[in-house]
Amino acid sequence: MVNSAYMKSISQIIYIENGLYKQCMQTVTLIPGDGIGPEISSAVMKIFEAAKAPIRWEERNVTAIKGPGGRWMIPPDAKESMDRSKIGLKGPLKTPIAAGHPSMNLLLRKTFDLYANVRPCVSIEGYKTPYTDVNLVTIRENTEGEYSGIEHVIVDGVVQSIKLITEDASRRIAEYAFEYARNNQRTSVTAVHKANIMRMSDGLFLRKCREVAENYKDIKFTEMYLDTVCLNMVQDPTQFDVLVMPNLYGDILSDLCAGLIGGLGVTPSGNIGANGVAIFESVHGTAPDIAGLDMANPTALLLSAVMMLRHMGLHDYGNKIQTACFDTIRDKKVLTKDLGGNSKCSEFTAEICRRIQDMA
Amino acid sequence: MATRGHLGNLFCSSSAWEILNCILFWLHNQTKSPTPPPAKYGGRHTVTLIPGDGIGPELLNHVREVFRFSCVPVDFEVVNVNSALETDDDMNNAITAIRRNGIALKGNIETKHTMAPSVKSRNNLLRTSLDLYANVMHCQSLPGVQTRHKNIDIMIIRENTEGEYSSLEHESVSGVVESLKIITRNNSLRIADYAFKLAREKGRRRVTAVHKANIMKLGDGLFLQCCREVASGYPDITFDSMIVDNTTMQLVSKPHQFDVMVMPNLYGNVVSNVCAGLVGGPGLVPGANYGNAYAVFETATRNTGKSIAGKNIANPTAMLLASCMMLDHLKLYDHATMIRHAVLKTMNETRVSLPSLKGLSPHLPLCHEAHWSLF
Repeated sequence: MVNSAYMKSISQIIYIENGLYKQCMQTVTLIPGDGIGPEISSAVMKIFEAAKAPIRWEERNVTAIKGPGGRWMIPPDAKESMDRSKIGLKGPLKTPIAAGHPSMNLLLRKTFDLYANVRPCVSIEGYKTPYTDVNLVTIRENTEGEYSGIEHVIVDGVVQSIKLITEDASRRIAEYAFEYARNNQRTSVTAVHKANIMRMSDGLFLRKCREVAENYKDIKFTEMYLDTVCLNMVQDPTQFDVLVMPNLYGDILSDLCAGLIGGLGVTPSGNIGANGVAIFESVHGTAPDIAGLDMANPTALLLSAVMMLRHMGLHDYGNKIQTACFDTIRDKKVLTKDLGGNSKCSEFTAEICRRIQDMA
Repeated sequence: MATRGHLGNLFCSSSAWEILNCILFWLHNQTKSPTPPPAKYGGRHTVTLIPGDGIGPELLNHVREVFRFSCVPVDFEVVNVNSALETDDDMNNAITAIRRNGIALKGNIETKHTMAPSVKSRNNLLRTSLDLYANVMHCQSLPGVQTRHKNIDIMIIRENTEGEYSSLEHESVSGVVESLKIITRNNSLRIADYAFKLAREKGRRRVTAVHKANIMKLGDGLFLQCCREVASGYPDITFDSMIVDNTTMQLVSKPHQFDVMVMPNLYGNVVSNVCAGLVGGPGLVPGANYGNAYAVFETATRNTGKSIAGKNIANPTAMLLASCMMLDHLKLYDHATMIRHAVLKTMNETRVSLPSLKGLSPHLPLCHEAHWSLF
């Protein structure tokens, strides 16, 4: 099951009205989230309105409820909305400690079988970090691996955690990675592993990647040890293009790459599921200390929304909004506090809207 | 002077001028430390040398050259390990040699994927057989090396025998592989204790434990709990913890917040490579593996470097500094200081072409520069 921009564009209904082609509105389930979530979600909605993007938002809340049989699940109306629209945009969700239920992110992942986590990391001109010219994508297997959650106490003082690698999941993520590379004009895919130590598990992952690579001869496939990738990433990140890897390495590397471009406040992220579902999200926290104070930075959620537009095939709108956002940051006149400025979230949003309207 | 560079002899080269310099130099140093260091036989130590694969043999040859030049009273017992063989006989010989001598200097031994999964990593086998439970790496920025971040000074202590490197894997059902990560209370307490003792010895103020206990609640939770228990016995040292993905993000943006870091095996692999990259690359940082009875020294990032082997371009700094750590362990402090000083002086004088620290220009001149700097 592979989601490509091509399949998404088929689902758009195009009809002629008054001699003009007009695209039908597409529904997207919006989950504002907690903390600064509502503010940044409304900022994104305003910007989309200014860009006249053909998106109709359906707001839903996800709080864990106990379903029949005692299993925790997301509210049925949220599930129904997502199943219908297939695309979601999510703000940060808080994970309450000792609430008795697993984290909401984990619940969403399980409900929609979100098997691929995609994080494009591109250096933002105007937001200076020691690393310039970063342009890579990390694709992380999101359902198994070290995060299977299977742990036992063998005897008192000895704990065993199980890392699970399956053929199906490895093949699925490899196929997604190569499809993504092809659809986004990327030239190479690198599998990250530690098969010298974890011979069977990472060996299986690597074998599946190699098999899938056979079907994508136009894309260069390389393999590299995790430690070598880390070593080279902090010295010269320009040598990497698309990286595909199991869960734990993906977690570490995707955050490492986010750190290269400026942190979680400016990093977009998308989760691709089976059955065509895709949920795009901002990966930063809920920032309860600045919630409601109009100080939040909507860049991460906005860039995730741009990723969403590209996934849906609406590249023009995506490019327009991204250009406006990057231009605003590059100009450095209207920036939120975390980007080094003094402006409010609403001012930052208004500036981006103004640029979009000027572009039209 | 013409004989400088011809190092076929075990002792200093034959020029009278050089011998005189040697004697004068040692006399000068003798007045500083009247008590001779302990030595095994006839005033000389024997150290096991495992050349390994890739750039290992050439780097260790550089070490031998420098040792001969500096008249270091160390003899090397060379044990070759052929990584292409499936049997463990070579490794067993190496392990026996290290048990005999107590100390070793090694290059990395390649682990070929083409062999059956039952053939485990030789390097790992060595560490677990000798119970070298602590891997210590000191990442320091060198003034002569251009990097994005300056003045980094981080010590990384990594548990070296268990965790994800237990090599316990099985295929329970076709297409489903399970790999076991083992965390034990004893080893976690041991490594935490080592970290805090080292921090106190070196006058460090803070120890950070790196973990992923929000996901691996039992495994990393146990590790964290052990670190906290040990921390309570060292009230002069601040203890905090950080999740591994946040750690890597902080390392690339604000590395100066870290002092001493302690962590399980795999996170240690990631963090030590990130830090090595931050200070300038794999050719600069030495590493040491300590157990209760044995010690093995190597480069910190343990690379085989097959792509640059045999081309005379591998940077010998990491291996030379590792050999200095070895000399410190043997209590040959004067020799260690002298060689270290010579290497660092050469590194920091940028007229030797070292911006290409990924190994793109000849580095044998570096060795000869180091020789010059010794006098």
